[in-house]
Amino acid sequence: MKRFDDTTELLLQLGDSAMIQAQRLCELVGGAPALEEEVALMNVGLDLVGQARNWLEYAAERIGDGRTADDLVFLRDQGEYRNLLIVEQPNGDFAMTMAKQFLFDAWHYPLLEKLCSSSDEKIAGIAAKSLKESSYHIRRSSEWIKRLGDGTSESHERMQSALDKIWHFTFELAKPCELFKTLDSSGIAPGVNDLCSDWHAIISKTLTEATLMQPEAADNNYLSGAKGLHTESLGFILAEMQFLQRAYPNACW
Amino acid sequence: MHAGELIATDRSELTEESVKLAWSVLDEVMDPEVPVVSLTDLGIVREITPVGGVLQVVLTPTYSGCPATEHIEQSAKRALEDSGFNAVTIEQRLAPAWTTDWITKRGRLRLKEYGIAPPIGSADKPQLDQAIPCPVCDSTNTKEITEFGSTACKALYQCNDCLEPFDYFKCI
Repeated sequence: MKRFDDTTELLLQLGDSAMIQAQRLCELVGGAPALEEEVALMNVGLDLVGQARNWLEYAAERIGDGRTADDLVFLRDQGEYRNLLIVEQPNGDFAMTMAKQFLFDAWHYPLLEKLCSSSDEKIAGIAAKSLKESSYHIRRSSEWIKRLGDGTSESHERMQSALDKIWHFTFELAKPCELFKTLDSSGIAPGVNDLCSDWHAIISKTLTEATLMQPEAADNNYLSGAKGLHTESLGFILAEMQFLQRAYPNACW
Repeated sequence: MHAGELIATDRSELTEESVKLAWSVLDEVMDPEVPVVSLTDLGIVREITPVGGVLQVVLTPTYSGCPATEHIEQSAKRALEDSGFNAVTIEQRLAPAWTTDWITKRGRLRLKEYGIAPPIGSADKPQLDQAIPCPVCDSTNTKEITEFGSTACKALYQCNDCLEPFDYFKCI
């Protein structure tokens, strides 16, 4: 688990989180509850793959050991992945899929907003582009939280149960972290130290409208996506995602 | 000038005239997913600059994950080479981010004629609640079916009057 400079760590966290979230969404091809929802899930996934590529190309350039963005995605093992723990969790039912998406979007959207004024021009450029796409993502996911939460007793119960189950992994989103503190003061990610208060504000507002109960704050634990300490779920994702490149090195279309 | 002459012309000397020609060449290269609008209609050709004997073209992708990005790059390069530009480099530039505001008037007209409602309003002030006119009968009595359509750039609508389902080119 090699640690890079703070900016590169941020790029990996953004790129890996977008990539793993996208990979999870793509598992739902042919399995969404309605055609329109399937199209939407894949559209969001596609946007995130594109964003991941942009972040990881820049990360690869900074790492500078000859690896490309593809190498980073297909040839790193779990301990080198920097994605948030929440995005690697299984899709579960549709309520769980949307709960995970929403909790991620409520972190991702305000983060991109802040990165638009990064002192690093490339980061600001990728953020500005991604923000336009993510404004659609968060609108959709928060609508689903409200529709299911304030829907029938069955949909309410399932959304509440999804939140209760996944909440354990929100500590990374809900609490300030060392990396963001340094990136904030260096101007690479201005304002990012306050990201968790934005997250709390978005979550509280939406859950209240959705008549859902916010579970008690999740405790820190020994796991940390940002440090490469992942749950077992990531291994299964990588096994599927990396199979082709591992079995047939350098295979291409 | 015959077509053959155009192909045979060596454009190693790049003049103002050749830059103009390059723009008109890209004006004929169509988007692979919406084949009625050209690259210039969409506003994705940002710059064409002659540097030494090399024609430098700057393109910008529409959406981060748009699968047509590479295809567009290749078709732009091929079209320029077919017109006699031997040395062409293509750069993909992300900033400033592409906006539907850059779609030309002609591009909007062509979208509508093709059955795709062009983006409404400006990306700076997205008006989400604004009615999207039906590209077939112009009625504003339409409803959104889903914000995510057949490609990343489109949403799906339906006209309540003529009942036609149609794509809307999202304003971003």
